[in-house]
Amino acid sequence: MGRFSWVRFLAVLRKEFLHIRRDRASLIMAIAMPIGMLLLFGYAVNTDVDHLSTVVWDQSQTADSREFITSIRNTQYLDPDAYVQGYEQIEGYLDSGKARVAVIIPPDFGKELQKDNGQADVQILVDGSDPTIARAAMSAVQMLGLNKSLEIQGVRLAAKGATAGTNMPLNIETRVWYNPDMKSMVFNIPALIGLILQNVIAMLTSFSIVREKERGTMEQVVVTPIRSLELLLGKLLPFVFIGFVSLTLILATGIFWFGVMPAGSIPLLVLLSTIFLFTILAIGLLISSIARTQLQAMQMTFILILPSILLSGFIFPRETMPIFLKILGGLFPLTYFLEIVRGIFLKGVGMEYLWQDTLILCAFAIILVGIAAKKFKKNLD
Amino acid sequence: MNLAIDCQGLVKRFGTYTAVQGVSFQLPAGAIMGFVGPNGAGKTTLIRMLCGVLVPTEGRATVLGYDVLTQPEEIKQRIGYMSQKFSLYDDLTVRENLDFYAGVYSLQGKMAKEQKTRVIERIGLVERTSQLVSSLSGGWKQRVALACALLHSPQLLILDEPTAGVDPVSRRIFLDLIHQLAKEGMTILVSTHYMDEAATCDYLGFVFYGHLIAFGSPDEMKEKEAKDNLDDLFIYYVENEASDDPRNLALKKGGRG
Repeated sequence: MGRFSWVRFLAVLRKEFLHIRRDRASLIMAIAMPIGMLLLFGYAVNTDVDHLSTVVWDQSQTADSREFITSIRNTQYLDPDAYVQGYEQIEGYLDSGKARVAVIIPPDFGKELQKDNGQADVQILVDGSDPTIARAAMSAVQMLGLNKSLEIQGVRLAAKGATAGTNMPLNIETRVWYNPDMKSMVFNIPALIGLILQNVIAMLTSFSIVREKERGTMEQVVVTPIRSLELLLGKLLPFVFIGFVSLTLILATGIFWFGVMPAGSIPLLVLLSTIFLFTILAIGLLISSIARTQLQAMQMTFILILPSILLSGFIFPRETMPIFLKILGGLFPLTYFLEIVRGIFLKGVGMEYLWQDTLILCAFAIILVGIAAKKFKKNLD
Repeated sequence: MNLAIDCQGLVKRFGTYTAVQGVSFQLPAGAIMGFVGPNGAGKTTLIRMLCGVLVPTEGRATVLGYDVLTQPEEIKQRIGYMSQKFSLYDDLTVRENLDFYAGVYSLQGKMAKEQKTRVIERIGLVERTSQLVSSLSGGWKQRVALACALLHSPQLLILDEPTAGVDPVSRRIFLDLIHQLAKEGMTILVSTHYMDEAATCDYLGFVFYGHLIAFGSPDEMKEKEAKDNLDDLFIYYVENEASDDPRNLALKKGGRG
């Protein structure tokens, strides 16, 4: 063993710094990634749920009921902004996801509260598809009910003394819709369909094209009479097929192994998944037009995957995100597909509530496929 | 005279860098032409323009009577191309590669079968057809690449440094094949660094700094500049053409090192 040579050691050290400086991608990753990740995780990983959109059916229309609604707002957890008449409208709000919570105040609410020993009932419906949100909403209203009850009880005791009844003046009755057991699995499995499809197909598609560039086989293909459309379709179609095989496997595993049955139509789910699949193929194609090696393609796919997990609503509810992250999350097709797949699986809704997300997904598909095909053609020339 | 290639003032610029500046030559059909020149002289760029893959910035060229600007698809259907870098599919067998290229050149059915059998016998690949390309040696890989380039019976075969990094025996077999093909009427354009290969061509073109600095038969060229061999001729041209080229200074200082 020779002695440690500072000259040799410093030569290696200097060379490594030169490599890092020349390698633009690594440099960007070393500087931008920590900041980007901190901001993403810091804001998106927010399990505090507040300001949930709430729909109210106030059948009592008294000072008492209005005061109760105000105290709901004051909890900061619920935002009772929509007022409706009837269960049908409430169902519409919850099905479409426009409201997460519904408050139903019966006609005798005010009368019961004014009675010496009366008990007023309030019914709360909670959208249980996201268990995190549902739990937060339920504990918020339970706490509110208890506080309110104690407050009224105090007033009654002061006025009547011991003759006041022992009934709780306010009875909050909660019911959870869509996912009554509030199982996380029921919430997560449908979303995994989207996430897995995205990750697998984007990576495979980009690899298949970058591989030809990397190995130089593309150079031989471009001097043949093949048209870019023939090459493009020929290369992409196998992945549409693989996409359907993956989709079938994931669906079957979800249903038969995890026992998460879709409440809605499976053909509709497959149809809308196909649109999603095309957006993913296009993303894979775009990655392949930028990346020169398979390693770069892999890194770029991860740059797509990480924020899409955080921002699409896959784990963390989008409602509670700051507006900037909400907009950022809106740039991922996965965000809209998750709305669709959860809507079909958990709520059993159809196109009447999913048309908006479907339209956005279609727009993504058309724009992305257009850009990707154009870039692909240009790269060939 | 029937011309296989006719270029008039071909120019290719990449940004501010000019890779090919004003190349003109005419190559009769059925001849073998060699491009000779140092690395980075613009040989590959020139070849890619003639294949219809790169669009020339200026000038015009016809290949087999078709315009490279407006009829690249016609050209591509009629030329065979093989590059210095091996560019077939490693993870496919020899036959699967041939199948793919037969399809890409729109050969089908009986026609495809006949053509495949023809090139397999011609190139001597009969015993190799079911072998994975990745398991072949460099010389064999080049022969498979040649087989793929000949499948559609091209009228013009373009070879970009086909023998770079190939052992002398394989190189000789390869060259013999090319000369046979030329005898049968195929026009061949080949770029090379090997002067012995260049000496066997019917026409030679010296490419230097994007210019075609000399064009003619090897004997004519040697006679014109009174040089005994092509090596000397090559050095002479380089010295004459670009006296301020650093490579040239090194040549003058250190003799022929």
